[in-house]
Amino acid sequence: MKRTKTPFLWALFSAGGTVAALFIPVHLFLNGLAFPLGWVEAPGYNSLLNLVKQPLIRLYLFVLISLPLFHWAHRFRYTLYDGLQLKHLTELIAFLCYGGALVGTAIAAYMLWNIP
Amino acid sequence: MSGGAHYTLHHPKWYRRRMSVWWWLQKRTYTKFVLRELTSVFVAFFALMTLWQVRALGEGPEAYARFLARLQTPPFLALHGVAFLFVLFHAVTWFNLAPKAMVVRLRGKRVPDFIIAGLNYFAWLVASGVVAWLWLRG
Repeated sequence: MKRTKTPFLWALFSAGGTVAALFIPVHLFLNGLAFPLGWVEAPGYNSLLNLVKQPLIRLYLFVLISLPLFHWAHRFRYTLYDGLQLKHLTELIAFLCYGGALVGTAIAAYMLWNIP
Repeated sequence: MSGGAHYTLHHPKWYRRRMSVWWWLQKRTYTKFVLRELTSVFVAFFALMTLWQVRALGEGPEAYARFLARLQTPPFLALHGVAFLFVLFHAVTWFNLAPKAMVVRLRGKRVPDFIIAGLNYFAWLVASGVVAWLWLRG
């Protein structure tokens, strides 16, 4: 069982890491710093809503939320094992990490689908 | 070998020194490794903030204005500043490792590392530019 799952989880980790590296810095910079601090003017509510409503942007946001969550799940799992020496809790930690990523993915799909 | 190796379920407990939870502060490379691993926490933080933002956006202009006001508070600005630095660290370490993760051969010759890494950095630049352009255009 374990031997068949690992490459799949590693592929998710790798894809998520690439998406995170390519796209998250610009998002965090604009949304978390440049807009709130007034360095750059943010678009208004209606234009942003119209942008996010587009199917391709919804799909992009879904990928942007979901894959990095799986990247987190895989990496954080090993951070906990090695960093905090929690090897004896392997199964519980794996369940919580990948479970969390799955729940996040489901919520993202639900919310992006239901934007009015 | 006829009997094969002999395994026991409960092997003797030999002496092991207990490692401090802070083992990674003893050497620079270890610290760098653990900091790199911790970038995933900020990646997850970003995913959750984005979920929250999408929800606020779907709830209407008032809810979204409240969300934006919250982003202007010092705790969130500080958190976003730290998260930005960690995610930058993730991106740089990720792109620098890319040539080791994917070995590309062209006409039987291995493509040099700096070209693979350079292409990754170039893709980063393009991706950031496209996102910023779409977003600022509104």
